[in-house]
Amino acid sequence: MKNQMHLEFSADSANESFARVTVAAFMMNLNPTVEELSDVKTAVSEAVTNAIIHGYEGKEGRISIRCKLEERTIDLEIEDKGKGISDIPKAMEPMFTTKPDLERSGMGFAFMEAFMDELEVTSTVNEGTTVHMKKRIGVLTPQDDFL
Amino acid sequence: MNAVEEYKIIGDYLCVQMPKEIDHHNAESISEKIDQFIVKRNVNHVLFDFSETEFMDSSGIGILVGRYKKVACFQGKIYLIHMNAQIKKILSLSGIAKYMEILEER
Repeated sequence: MKNQMHLEFSADSANESFARVTVAAFMMNLNPTVEELSDVKTAVSEAVTNAIIHGYEGKEGRISIRCKLEERTIDLEIEDKGKGISDIPKAMEPMFTTKPDLERSGMGFAFMEAFMDELEVTSTVNEGTTVHMKKRIGVLTPQDDFL
Repeated sequence: MNAVEEYKIIGDYLCVQMPKEIDHHNAESISEKIDQFIVKRNVNHVLFDFSETEFMDSSGIGILVGRYKKVACFQGKIYLIHMNAQIKKILSLSGIAKYMEILEER
């Protein structure tokens, strides 16, 4: 099975909810658990929020989400054409934020990393950022073997 | 299901019934309203009730940490109640749970 979708929307904070709910609805085909669904929703919310706050810094812009369902994996690419990240390892450090005044917790990338199986960030200054994430859905945890 | 949060003052406690979803879109206005209560109404402690909340991302962690910093100056405390599994998970990952009073139901 290979099912794909492409979503493009304005970098408006009202669309954060729209983006995560749409991705969650699209992945229903994989029969995710409630926990897997909220993991993906959290990761999408973090990536989209980063694009709005940091990529476009509240200015106008467009965010695109490409989503692929392959076998039992969800593959997500969340892209902005904003200002880009000059130091990616620094940006990914937990608790690091360039915007403490906005009460950003600095946990965005840490949550994406914790809730997804794979996370890759590519960015070019003044061109934009792409967050590529994958998560296997419906994988049994080791404890399940003993049930 | 409430789309907007609600506020109630009991003694020197502010009780905030949190909305269905908490993200960057509504986090700032929630923080601002709570801060007004802390400053103008002499609230010492803030209780966050998540019984209606289905989703929260790191913006919610920002609300909690920011309010903790405000009330901790006056020995105030932050109480959290009725969190679902998703909220508990991000709270534990964020490492801030040790600064909050978590109320469990019986």
